[in-house]
Amino acid sequence: MSTTETAAAPESLLAAPDQASQAEITAEIRATHEQADALEAGGRRVPMTLVDFPPYRSSILRHPTKNPRLVDPETIELWSPAYGQRDVAAIESDLTLQHSGEPQGERMTVQGRLLDSWGRPLANQLIEIWQANSAGRYIHQRDQHPAPLDPNFTGAGRAITDEHGEYRFTTIKPGPYPWKNHVNAWRPAHIHFSVFGSAFTQRLVTQMYFPGDPLFALDPIYNTIRRQRDRDRLIGVYDHDLTVPEFSMGYRWDIVVDGPDATRFEREEEH
Amino acid sequence: MPERILEPTPGQTVGPFFAFGVEYPRMHEVVFPHSPGAIVLGGTVYDGAGHPIPDALVEIWSADAHGVVSRHRGALRRDGHTFTGFGRSATTDEGWYEFWTVNPGAVDGRAPFFAAIVYARGLPDKLHTRIYLPDDEELLAADPLLSSLPPEERATLVATRTPDGHLHHDIRLQGAKETVFLAF
Ligand SMILES: [Fe+2]
Repeated sequence: MSTTETAAAPESLLAAPDQASQAEITAEIRATHEQADALEAGGRRVPMTLVDFPPYRSSILRHPTKNPRLVDPETIELWSPAYGQRDVAAIESDLTLQHSGEPQGERMTVQGRLLDSWGRPLANQLIEIWQANSAGRYIHQRDQHPAPLDPNFTGAGRAITDEHGEYRFTTIKPGPYPWKNHVNAWRPAHIHFSVFGSAFTQRLVTQMYFPGDPLFALDPIYNTIRRQRDRDRLIGVYDHDLTVPEFSMGYRWDIVVDGPDATRFEREEEH
Repeated sequence: MPERILEPTPGQTVGPFFAFGVEYPRMHEVVFPHSPGAIVLGGTVYDGAGHPIPDALVEIWSADAHGVVSRHRGALRRDGHTFTGFGRSATTDEGWYEFWTVNPGAVDGRAPFFAAIVYARGLPDKLHTRIYLPDDEELLAADPLLSSLPPEERATLVATRTPDGHLHHDIRLQGAKETVFLAF
């Protein structure tokens, strides 16, 4: 059943001979956004995240060409796996305490609430994060960026939302890092987030960014989200009240999972 | 039905380096391997050129063998016997994903399926799909989604039963036999 063909290595290992310049990629990003706006103006349903986004080169052969089929969720899709406070140890949400020494870099906290589209907090849901270290290097074996690894930083964490839907991580601010999408391509600093809602349809994998990053306009991945107001919701907000004196910088980032529609309310009211 | 008041957080690609963030022991063992009723659900994730994708992630979520949706915790820390219904599998260098699970029973008398989500480097957002069991022709024929699809699209959502009772199901992100993906 299994094929013996082995796929190409990730783009981090490859130097493409015909790579585009940043100016070409930036122009493609703008053109792709304009096409999406035109489709929407013509009455088409256009998603927030464009899966057909050629400036992100590795998406070219990996995006569906047909529109997703709109369906009514069945029962199983309106539920999600059950998690609880005891599934995750407290230390898993502090990425600075996972080794014997202190990691290098700018210590920070990110906290926020997990909410549904109606503003209701979602308690007891799993949030997983992973990130590069302060030098922009992932611990992943395929990351070939010649920046130093930090023996005191792995860069992965988990948390379960509390009864108010709140989560909180303590970590190190990740650095920007280069990749091989085009010549001189750099990802803005970001933390990857994986989030469970109370319905499987609400499942979310995304990235949280930092305010004012000069790389935003240049990055094809950030710009797979076509509208500025949607992209803005991926940026953590610096909150001085969350900054701990002489210890850490504080960011607030609320996460909203989408829908689904009416059936959710009927089910909740049965309880 | 109240109006939605908040805009959702948009999705992004899982990227290339997700393994150390999302993997955990026995994450693909929804049930203990070789336990009574246990089957393997596996297949290859392909790109639009027909090449396997070695850095994709597949998640499944289903009812138990009796069609009951589990409310038991333990998907993250497997105890080897509690059925939680959730599993996660990162593809191998050959694009292969695989789970140990059970055949889900019918929920509300509907055709049984695994709810599935695919993520990959190069895929800008998650993709929802379903993996239906191939066995009950009557329930499959009555399914609202399957019956709305032409035969070649319907075929992308129904797994194949192998001679030893396991399930084989390939997922194609693009191309002639592109898997049907879902929006809700
Ligand atoms: Fe990243």
